[in-house]
Amino acid sequence: MAHTEKKHHITPYSTYIIVWLALVIFTSITVTVAGISLGTYTLLVALFIAAIKSALVINIFMHIKFDESIFKVFLILSGTTLFVIFLLTFFDFLYR
Amino acid sequence: MTNSSAVLNQKSFYEEGNTKAKSGLAAWIFSTDHKRIGLMYLSAIAIFFSVAAIIGIFMRLELISTGKDLMDAQTYNTLFTLHGVIMIFLFIIPGIPAVFGNFFLPLQLGARDVSFPRLNLFSFWIYITGAILVLLSLVLPGGPIDTGWTFYIPYSVRSGTNISLAIFAAFVLGFSSILTGINFITTVHRLRAPGMSWFKMPLFVWATYATAWIQIIATPVIAITIVLVIIERLFGVGIFDPSLGGDPILYQHLFWIYSHPAVYIMILPAMGVVSEIIPTFARRTIFGYKAIAISSLAIAFVGYLVWAHHMFTSGMSDTARWIFSLLTFLVALPSGVKVFNWVATMYKGSIDPKPPFLWVMNFIFLFSIGGLTGLVLGSLVTDVHLHDTYFVVAHFHYVMFGGTGTIFFAALYYWFPKIFGKMYNIKTANIGVALFFVAFNLLYFPKFILGYMGMPRRYYDFLPEFESLQFVSTVGSWLMLITLILIIWNLMHGILRGRKSESNPWGGVTLEWHTSSPPPLENFKVIPEVKHEPYDFSQLEDMKND
Ligand code: HEM
Repeated sequence: MAHTEKKHHITPYSTYIIVWLALVIFTSITVTVAGISLGTYTLLVALFIAAIKSALVINIFMHIKFDESIFKVFLILSGTTLFVIFLLTFFDFLYR
Repeated sequence: MTNSSAVLNQKSFYEEGNTKAKSGLAAWIFSTDHKRIGLMYLSAIAIFFSVAAIIGIFMRLELISTGKDLMDAQTYNTLFTLHGVIMIFLFIIPGIPAVFGNFFLPLQLGARDVSFPRLNLFSFWIYITGAILVLLSLVLPGGPIDTGWTFYIPYSVRSGTNISLAIFAAFVLGFSSILTGINFITTVHRLRAPGMSWFKMPLFVWATYATAWIQIIATPVIAITIVLVIIERLFGVGIFDPSLGGDPILYQHLFWIYSHPAVYIMILPAMGVVSEIIPTFARRTIFGYKAIAISSLAIAFVGYLVWAHHMFTSGMSDTARWIFSLLTFLVALPSGVKVFNWVATMYKGSIDPKPPFLWVMNFIFLFSIGGLTGLVLGSLVTDVHLHDTYFVVAHFHYVMFGGTGTIFFAALYYWFPKIFGKMYNIKTANIGVALFFVAFNLLYFPKFILGYMGMPRRYYDFLPEFESLQFVSTVGSWLMLITLILIIWNLMHGILRGRKSESNPWGGVTLEWHTSSPPPLENFKVIPEVKHEPYDFSQLEDMKND
């Protein structure tokens, strides 16, 4: 519990706006791609874009990028669990 | 064991609160003291458990013989749903973490409270709000829900009963669970007493910590699923209902992605309590401390990988079926590690068979039956035959009631003198344990055989060949009722009239036993410094002289 008071990182507004714009663009890509028939890949593409979006939100909006590493460990743990859950669901989805 | 006079003069948390109101209801319902919050959960949970148990007794009455005895089919449908919903969402999931986690986590860590005391009180109020919503769903027009506690699609989209409200209640209850989880994790990371490294934490703390992780990661899944069902019901969006173009198996996936880990939310804290009680009454340090601690985390993780074993006959792909069956067998490993370590702890110990220890013996026996029959259900071949029969009903009662329910009583009987500073009648308690064992097996063992013979679950009537075993089970439910009354009466009597207890009657050595019973408002006069391993009984002599 060697908790040292670190200076808080302050993100400039411009970064927030850029990230927000990126999120809007990614969302429109998701919607566009959903209209194109890619078969099984539709879902993979959608998940891939969603993963990038959540990485942006988590790192910038939620400040994880600038925080103590224990929080990164927590997130990686939850993220891995989520990934495994997706993976296992695909054994049903792809082979049904 | 004598207390020093300083400890004797200390006011207990009953006498000194942290609210503006010094006494009365307000001193409780606005209190952020983790001990008071734990006791408020205890009162609420005791009421819900009693109600659901009485519903269970009524169901058994209906099943005493073939044909309609007491109620019609629809009433039976609503009763088993209600029994299941209350037992799962209001009793067994919050159960041990909310009551004993709240009361003992800070005490065992050597902390003055949890990290976020106000958030803790807020969680309690969210829990009560959820419970009120469940009650409302019973009385509002539309009528009580009849889907079973699993709310399976498509029926739950089509049923005219108050589904949306009832599942929204589950949604609200989920938030209470998540917030409690966050609180506990932070507390464990930040508020351990000086000297308490990770591997000096009591095993109940480890178990509660692992459980908190499941609460945080898994509960949002059910929340999302519930929102999707409500959207589908209100707006007719086709997500799960096949007639709207949805996928009903997707619902089952999402439901069990939460509800299977939730099974570990139920059992892990119970395993933690067992790991506290056995060393205390065997007077021996726990065998394989690290293995038990780490197996809690392993169970928490592996618990995420097996959810679809509830769905072997639902029509999912064959590949998924054998993969999930294989993974299911893996869960038996960390559970086995625990059981063997407990038994090894008792080996050559000087065992003092007091009531809490006897409850644990009940647990090991009943939980092992529950766990091993789980493997029967986890094998594809046998599950096809046994799915949705009474075999399943017997299995989950052995695990949940025989496992977690038993340990809920064990924990009450173990920590009773700490919580109330009084003692119950030991003889009556012993009789209670013995009666429980007989009643339990009389009530549920016939269900294994009935299931094997083909009796389906969730039916209010049955074929004549099932009659004698159904009758035995109903007689068991009467004995269970008597036993529960005896067990609870003994506790109530102990609270009201019990003789004053020593502050450490069992000779426990974890930190909660280092303070007076009942503990003072902020638990410790001076925060203790941890110098010993958690189950090092050589410190008992020093504690006596303190
Ligand atoms: C007095 C004790 C109890 C009695 C007499 C009892 C009896 C029953 C009966 C007769 C059923 C319905 C079987 C069917 O028709 O499918 C049932 C279902 C169930 N019980 Fe219990 N039970 C008791 C305690 C418990 C406890 C302590 C728990 C959980 C901790 C529990 C959880 C459940 C669940 C989840 C269901 C399934 C409901 C559903 O099918 O949706 N029961 N119980």
